[in-house]
Amino acid sequence: MVPLYMYLLVAAALFCIGVFGVLSRRNAIAILMGIELMLNAVNINLVAFWRYLKPDEINGQVFAAFVFVVAAAEAAVGLALIISVYRNRNTVEAEDINLLKW
Amino acid sequence: MEFTYETVAFFIFALTTLGSGIMVVTDENLFHASLYLLFSLFGVSGLFVLLVAPFLAAVQVLVYMGAIGILIIFAIMLTRGMMKMDQVYNSQRVAAAVVAVLLFIALAVTLTPIVDELEFGEDLNAELAEDPVADVTYETVNELGKVITDRNGFVLPFEVASLLLTAAMIGAIVVAREDEA
Amino acid sequence: MDFNPLDPNYLPWLIPVPPLISFALIVLFVGRSKFWSHILALTAVIISWVISWGVYLQVAYGIENFGAAVYGNSIDWLDLGETTFKMGVVVDPLTAIMLFMVPLAILMIFIYSIGYMNAYPEDDAHQKRSARFFAYLSLFAGAMLTLVVADNLLLLFVGWEVMGLCSYLLIGFLIEKKSANQAAVKAFMTTRVADVLMLVGIGYLYAMTGTLNFREIMYVNHGEMLEMLAEADAPLFGMSAAALIGILLVMGTVGKSSQFPLHVWLPDAMEGPTPVSAMIHAAAMVSAGVYMIIRMYPLLSAGGNPHAGDYTEPLMLMGVVGSFTALFAAVLGVGQDDVKRVLAYSTISQLGFMVAALGIGAYVAAAFHLITHAFFKALLFMSSGAVIHAMEHGEHHAHGHDAHGHDDHGHHELPHGAYGQLHAFEGEEIPEWNTTMVPDGIVLDYVADPNNVRYMGGLLNRIPITALAFAAGGLSLAGFPLVTAGFWSKDEILADALLVGLGDGNFYWLHVLVFVSLIIAATFTAFYTGRLWLMTFWGRPRSAAAEHATLMAGGVDDHKLAEVPYYLRWQKVLRDDEYVDDHLKGKSQLQKFFAVYRDSFPMQLPLVILSFFAIFAGFVGIHPDFWFLKIFTGENNYFKNFLAPTIVESIEVPDFSIVPVLFSFAAALGGLTAAWFVYGAQPIKAGQKDPVHNLIGDSAWAALQNRFYLDTLFLRAFYVPFEWFGRVVTYRWIDKETIDELLFMFADGAVWIGEAIKRLNYVVIDGVGDGIPRLIGMFGGWFRNIQSGRVQQYMLFVAAAALMLGTLLVALAL
Repeated sequence: MVPLYMYLLVAAALFCIGVFGVLSRRNAIAILMGIELMLNAVNINLVAFWRYLKPDEINGQVFAAFVFVVAAAEAAVGLALIISVYRNRNTVEAEDINLLKW
Repeated sequence: MEFTYETVAFFIFALTTLGSGIMVVTDENLFHASLYLLFSLFGVSGLFVLLVAPFLAAVQVLVYMGAIGILIIFAIMLTRGMMKMDQVYNSQRVAAAVVAVLLFIALAVTLTPIVDELEFGEDLNAELAEDPVADVTYETVNELGKVITDRNGFVLPFEVASLLLTAAMIGAIVVAREDEA
Repeated sequence: MDFNPLDPNYLPWLIPVPPLISFALIVLFVGRSKFWSHILALTAVIISWVISWGVYLQVAYGIENFGAAVYGNSIDWLDLGETTFKMGVVVDPLTAIMLFMVPLAILMIFIYSIGYMNAYPEDDAHQKRSARFFAYLSLFAGAMLTLVVADNLLLLFVGWEVMGLCSYLLIGFLIEKKSANQAAVKAFMTTRVADVLMLVGIGYLYAMTGTLNFREIMYVNHGEMLEMLAEADAPLFGMSAAALIGILLVMGTVGKSSQFPLHVWLPDAMEGPTPVSAMIHAAAMVSAGVYMIIRMYPLLSAGGNPHAGDYTEPLMLMGVVGSFTALFAAVLGVGQDDVKRVLAYSTISQLGFMVAALGIGAYVAAAFHLITHAFFKALLFMSSGAVIHAMEHGEHHAHGHDAHGHDDHGHHELPHGAYGQLHAFEGEEIPEWNTTMVPDGIVLDYVADPNNVRYMGGLLNRIPITALAFAAGGLSLAGFPLVTAGFWSKDEILADALLVGLGDGNFYWLHVLVFVSLIIAATFTAFYTGRLWLMTFWGRPRSAAAEHATLMAGGVDDHKLAEVPYYLRWQKVLRDDEYVDDHLKGKSQLQKFFAVYRDSFPMQLPLVILSFFAIFAGFVGIHPDFWFLKIFTGENNYFKNFLAPTIVESIEVPDFSIVPVLFSFAAALGGLTAAWFVYGAQPIKAGQKDPVHNLIGDSAWAALQNRFYLDTLFLRAFYVPFEWFGRVVTYRWIDKETIDELLFMFADGAVWIGEAIKRLNYVVIDGVGDGIPRLIGMFGGWFRNIQSGRVQQYMLFVAAAALMLGTLLVALAL
């Protein structure tokens, strides 16, 4: 049997990959993709803990389902924002989108 | 850890997930990156299957790969001019890599039973019973539906989530539509 | 305790207030209106007069044993550690008689001033000037009344000094005249010398006793404090403290009441308008000096008894200075041609009488003479003002007629020009006898034409009321026997001097000195008074101005009126259109009255009133044993009985003796008779030398006219060396060459140091001061780079921070 920590390690690795993508990519869509990776890593964790520690209760899967919902909403709004920005400023580069700076 | 088919499947799915994930964040072609993302998500759904969560695996395939993946691909195509950039990374890529690696090391050290003193080490080492599948009722979809709609369960978060989705949908339309003026 | 608004304890507070308020109101609100300033000032003085007489009548007839008991009230004014300085008012018999005299005289002067000021042209500048004049006069009156009601030396001194200021302002009132300005400065500076000494005396007194209250010093506990002062040794000349204080206070009076040698300011003070002269000489300023020493008499005589020939130093000083001044000024009065200046010297002389009287302890006599003198001297000054005014009108008329070629009405014998050949036109050489030259060419004084008695003569027919008033005042001044106030007061001084000094086989040297000086001075007084009146009013006019002199404001037909006897003129002018100019024909009597008598009515009304007092004021002080005149005073010498309790101890009344009365008779009648024979029997003609000039020769006459060269001496002895000292030593050597150079050195050094400090400032202080904000700015500049607007960067920080925190938490958990 695969021990729990293997799943956790995979999830951690996926999360860190997502973090790296979010922090380093220039394209805003790529950043979004990094976020999706991180969300998936969370899901793996949730499901793995459910499976190994509390298989009698369904709550772990419920949480995962909510993460799907949030992920879907985030993707939709995020991509809409990116398209809007692209339309207005002709760029999807995160570094260029710095109107909030001093 | 004895070598079983399940173990083999785990490694295959894990490697698919991680390998595709790395390609997602490293591929210069954004379109390719999105395709790698689909692969990675597929790997995750495989892991769900291994964890005896078939409903989630299906949802993963349908929602993530089907809906979000397509959404991302559309977004990429709408912003095609930016698909290929001179530089994939920004100026802080090294720092980002260092942070990511350090974060992984920290997590790994924390999660794996290498350090015995950690209190939760036992749980993490716990292997499933002889037949983990037998423990689990296969009516998870049924139960999930009941819990979500049970007034003592998750009905409020469920309704909130539906509201969130509605708001996100309206918001996305408002934000992304072209100005008529 | 119910409050009685007429309580004489509190009423005196109100006496000085109305004039002071009117001063403020005029200055602040009606500074441009002649009419309103007149109304305000007059109203204020009338209120003061009413209150004063109210107080006087209450205390004089209302209470028994007044004097031992006095009215008064005081407030805590200044807390001085252990003691509290009190300011207050007091009414004792001396104050009471001053309250009788001063407000009345001031009121008369104010009424007179209205007429006097009306006579000036009605332009805007004059409106302002007239308002200013009444403001000053009001302040003057307020100060004098303050001084009178004061219950302590300090408040008295305040009034004293304010009067000094007012006298300066008023003497120099005609600001265009350089001489007026100089006279003002002279008066101010001269009295200042005395005032400083007096202030020293006040300070010494306060240091010795801790109080300046009259009653506390002199009467409480039967003069305990006086005994202490008389026994304490002063640091100077082995005198007692009382003597030194007394001498210093007397010096104040010497300045204020213009005694020798500080008398020089007073004749020059004639530069002021005539009402001012009356104010200074009669009602207020010089009286204040004498009032003060009368007030302080117990202190001045502390430790001695002048009635027994035991004189204290201040008494000796007063006796000697007073008698000398009286004689000296009386002699000078003979040689003056300016009508006001004669009166000025007579004032000095009469003040000398009072001071000398005090010197021999004739306390009551001095106060008596102070009162009568105030009346007749105010009368004389105002009369002389009317004379001058009439002369100015006359000059105007004469010029006017000359210009119109009216040369045919009876002065053919007089040359052209108002003052005939004697008149000094502009640019012409001033006739030598008409000026007082000192050898180095400094013109000390120049007798203004309208003031000069040599141009007058015959004014009796022109301004008869004035002439009679002048005669009343003059006779009183001369001491015409029995019927004038001046006779009684002067006689009392002489009687005191003679009867105490030589009575009972005594020989008190000061009494004798005073008597001899004063009897001679009285003779001279009678002589120059007679001369003055005769020169002014008697004989034929000696100039065109005198011939046309009038107090009518114009609008009358002068030639026709000249043929009318003067006692009918009033009627003729008012009733008969024939005698007035065209523009007044057919007008009502009231309109004519205002047009014609606008000036002369307010100017002559006070003369009539004061004439009454100049004649009859003396009857309150007749010796009880004086023959038939008892009928006026009953069994008592009213004045003496009223006043004497002021100084608690009773004054011994010497038995009546005929001898001093005979001396008084001789002096007054002798002087007047001599004047009649010299000036009256054969009035001098225009251009004729003064008979006295002929009698005593050129040099003596010049000496008289030059005031015995005393002013020249002062000029030489003080002004010239001080001026040289000031110009050469102080200004050039010390100031310019020493102090200025030193100052420049200091200034250069200061500038250098300043430069150095500036550098230091730039480098160190600015460095630090600017450095801190610059540092903060630098850090800000740094840190703001964090705020890049790049979301990924923020996230990187968040991630790094989360990593570190997590690591930290785990490490802590281990």
